[in-house]
Amino acid sequence: MAAVTDLLIPLPHNTPRLQLDTDDLVKRGLMIVISLYLIVALAAPLYVMLSKSFSTYSFDLTRYEFQVSDAAGNFSQATTAAVLNDRLSVLPPDKLATNADGRLAATSFFPDFSFRSPVKYRIRGTTDDTTYLIGSDLHRGTQWQEVDSNTFRRVALRSSRSTGFDNYVSYFSTPTLFRSIQNSLFIAVISTVLTVGIAFGFAYAMNRSCMRYKGVFRMIAMAPILVPSLLPGIALIYLFGNQGMIRDVLFGASIYGPLGIVVGSVFFTFPHALIIISTALAISDQRHYEAAASLRASRWRTFWTVTIPGARYGLISAAFVVFTLAITDFGLPKVIGGQYNVLAVDIYKQVIGQQNFEMGAVVSVILLVPALAAFVVDRLVQKKQVALLSARSVPYEPKPNRRFDRLCLVWCALVAVFIIGILLVCQLAALVKFWPYDLSLSLKNFAFNHMDGGGWGSYKNSIQLAGLTAIFGTIIVFTGAYMVEKTEGFWKGRAIFHFLAMLPMAVPGLVLGLAYIFFFNNPANPLHSIYGTMTILVICTITHFYTVGHLTALTALKQIDQEFESVAASLKQPFYKLFARVTVPVCLPAILDISIYLFVNAMTTVSAVVFIYSADTALASVAVLNMDDAGDIAPAAAMGMMIFYTNVLARLVHAGLSRAVLVRTQAWRSRG
Amino acid sequence: MNTHKSVALAAFAFTLLSSAAYAETQLTVYTAFEAVDLQRYADTFNADHPDIKINWVRDSTGVMTAKLLAEKNNPQADVVWGVAASSLLMLKSEGMLEPYAPAGVEKLDPKFVDNSTPPSWVGMDAYVAAICYNTVEGKKLGLTPPKSWKDLTKPEYKDHVVMPNPASSGTGFLDVSAWLQMFGEKDAWSFMDGLHKNISSYTHSGSKPCKMAGAGETVIGVSFEFPGAKAKSAGAPIDIIFPEEGSGWEAEAGAIMAGTSKLEAAKVLMDWSISKKANEMYNVGYAVLAMPGIAKPVENLPTDVASKMIKNDFEWAATNRNAILKEWNTRYDSKSEPKS
Repeated sequence: MAAVTDLLIPLPHNTPRLQLDTDDLVKRGLMIVISLYLIVALAAPLYVMLSKSFSTYSFDLTRYEFQVSDAAGNFSQATTAAVLNDRLSVLPPDKLATNADGRLAATSFFPDFSFRSPVKYRIRGTTDDTTYLIGSDLHRGTQWQEVDSNTFRRVALRSSRSTGFDNYVSYFSTPTLFRSIQNSLFIAVISTVLTVGIAFGFAYAMNRSCMRYKGVFRMIAMAPILVPSLLPGIALIYLFGNQGMIRDVLFGASIYGPLGIVVGSVFFTFPHALIIISTALAISDQRHYEAAASLRASRWRTFWTVTIPGARYGLISAAFVVFTLAITDFGLPKVIGGQYNVLAVDIYKQVIGQQNFEMGAVVSVILLVPALAAFVVDRLVQKKQVALLSARSVPYEPKPNRRFDRLCLVWCALVAVFIIGILLVCQLAALVKFWPYDLSLSLKNFAFNHMDGGGWGSYKNSIQLAGLTAIFGTIIVFTGAYMVEKTEGFWKGRAIFHFLAMLPMAVPGLVLGLAYIFFFNNPANPLHSIYGTMTILVICTITHFYTVGHLTALTALKQIDQEFESVAASLKQPFYKLFARVTVPVCLPAILDISIYLFVNAMTTVSAVVFIYSADTALASVAVLNMDDAGDIAPAAAMGMMIFYTNVLARLVHAGLSRAVLVRTQAWRSRG
Repeated sequence: MNTHKSVALAAFAFTLLSSAAYAETQLTVYTAFEAVDLQRYADTFNADHPDIKINWVRDSTGVMTAKLLAEKNNPQADVVWGVAASSLLMLKSEGMLEPYAPAGVEKLDPKFVDNSTPPSWVGMDAYVAAICYNTVEGKKLGLTPPKSWKDLTKPEYKDHVVMPNPASSGTGFLDVSAWLQMFGEKDAWSFMDGLHKNISSYTHSGSKPCKMAGAGETVIGVSFEFPGAKAKSAGAPIDIIFPEEGSGWEAEAGAIMAGTSKLEAAKVLMDWSISKKANEMYNVGYAVLAMPGIAKPVENLPTDVASKMIKNDFEWAATNRNAILKEWNTRYDSKSEPKS
């Protein structure tokens, strides 16, 4: 009946309907399913990690009781360690905090202890779950254990678990750890200023000049996205290390430390900044410039009053993206950071070096703060963005200007030399037999099976991960975006979904990876069985890179008029037919973009997966890290270049597909 | 769409699980053995026991230890074979190991066997702390090679020494705990104060300092002996120096995980892992073996490596690890100011 009224009286769309039809139910259902995915793959692990950071360990001295015998073997009254501690003040209360591996020698409560004395000791817990060590054997419970004095020196109390802020207190009272915050901020700010400046110059040249070779420069500028972030670190060691090819350029300064991290960060964050700024500069109105010219404003003045204000939201966005990338990157400071401690490496040190998971969680939470702050500020700024282009706008057309164009060419050429130089050095490093003592060329560095890191198998795994991530990721991301964009009403649900989809951008990969250990590697979790498999890597990678794909899909979907939905509904066509026949074909270019984005990032990502890969699922990007870690720098460079070539190939396939798709499905875009 | 996905993922997980479901018993073995050795070790073992298949899970010692501890409530491994004894001691004090005296354990050097009865872990071989010295770069700079640990504090080596960071590398901790045991607390810290002045960087892995010395990135790398021997064979101009005070060492050891459902097969593997044949197998890369009297010389290493080993008290090191690392961090890590 409803259909008939629809036909007779065309309803304006967005009119709330009184009843939900099946389509809406299915759409909402799918949206809830994908929301659940995001909750399980993102929100829940983060929550578990947060609670882990509050799980503290300390010595609870009231839980232990001792008895001491005299030489004849008569035991004294039982006394708790707490009483002994009060009497002797061995440990002030603030020294009782420790970590999961905390051990406290029992002899510290017996100042006249001698391991040669004939005295015997007894120890027991006052509760069933009290633990202590005799030697390295774990004992538990309230049963008295009697030991001679020689053994008693090997008795140690273990820490017990509770909840509180102790970990944070101890973090902020450790100067080493605290300094990492300063260091991280310092690196991120300097890298941001440099990258945004360089990228702005580059984008300006690309959009506002008539210089030649723009296509070539565009291609080169995107290359850093195709390699793992630690690869520039390796190249910098070959260039400026103690045996570096051109180390004299540094005049004795060391590349290991902030200098190396900043240069490397500029390299790997450059394309990200360039894309955003370029988009901002590409849309501008010729009429503003004409107005400026007729007011006889100088070029300089026009630049500051027209160009910069027009691009400011892009610049701010780019700055936040670069800042977040630089502060959360872990590969680069690990390779070239030397003594310079940063937050991301601290997490690794705490978890892998000292098996102190709680402190690792604390550092993760701290790393989450600047990333979240940057994210929130960026969102607020973006809300103020108003459309620069109206229907009457005239697109800006640069005019040739020989001096300016030459300047632009020089700037872009310098950047291109920097990027190509880094890649060439890596390629060379991969081919030289034994730098710097045997410079003959060989392929022996590609014999990955003889190195740490998983060998050629890890390369295959990476391709598998990238393929699966691209396929499933695109399906999930695009479906989610479709449901949230094309569902009517249900505002709350859509808002929650949108928030969940934006969240991954603010979560550093390392933090996500660590959260996955805590969440999935828990036998009580029904999803525990995916731990250590390729599945968890795929889920982690899709989640890590969810946001950009989501935004790309939304942009494409917004181009399709809502009318289609109304028409389909009035024709009684189920939404999935519309989805398959209209939406997907129309959005195919965007869908391909999402999949190549996921593929390339899955090939290069280190931070998110470094904690959760297993022996069966070793990855090429992690192998680069591990080979470098073991000192096999040349093979690390070789594997890095394998990733690069694979991504170049993937890009070429993508370009070919996109072209074919455009011809076949996008004919409607042109009127001809 | 999503049912499709979960079906595909389930199918995928299934292939992973079923890909090697032929042998009668499969053991999941966690290890930090060198990657190149794994296949050879498994083949040698299977020559005697074709009915037990080893599924290796390999990573560096630090990662492996973190992984084992993270899985404490639901261990995935049946056996740990080829992980540092200090790490196994940590697992033991969490009650995660199944005590078992492998057949023939009495033939091993007692310092390679856990001191409880029955032992919770048994050793295979040892790696010994050593200094890798780049002769080419040393000559260029007019340095004399060090003979002892104490030599490393000489002003001439300023910025030419690299050692592993004890907070992120087991080998680094091994060095520090050995110095503390050898020199006594006070002297050891003042030695490290002097050493710190000469250190150009602390690495995250134990073998890296030696490889850096091999590549001339540094002149002196504080590391251990076998990456040195390997780098030398690959053409690195280095000498491997065993300091005259003696060296800290670490045993590569094995143990059965408590609660394994494949106890019998695990026992077979442990028995075999300390056999004469197994020890000869370790001898290809390692100069010091748990079974005395059978070690043959290893290329580029002296024959008396075993005599350089100090009496290493693993238990003392484990009990004091937190305190040592805290002291080390306060002294040296916070000093590394930003240089720019």
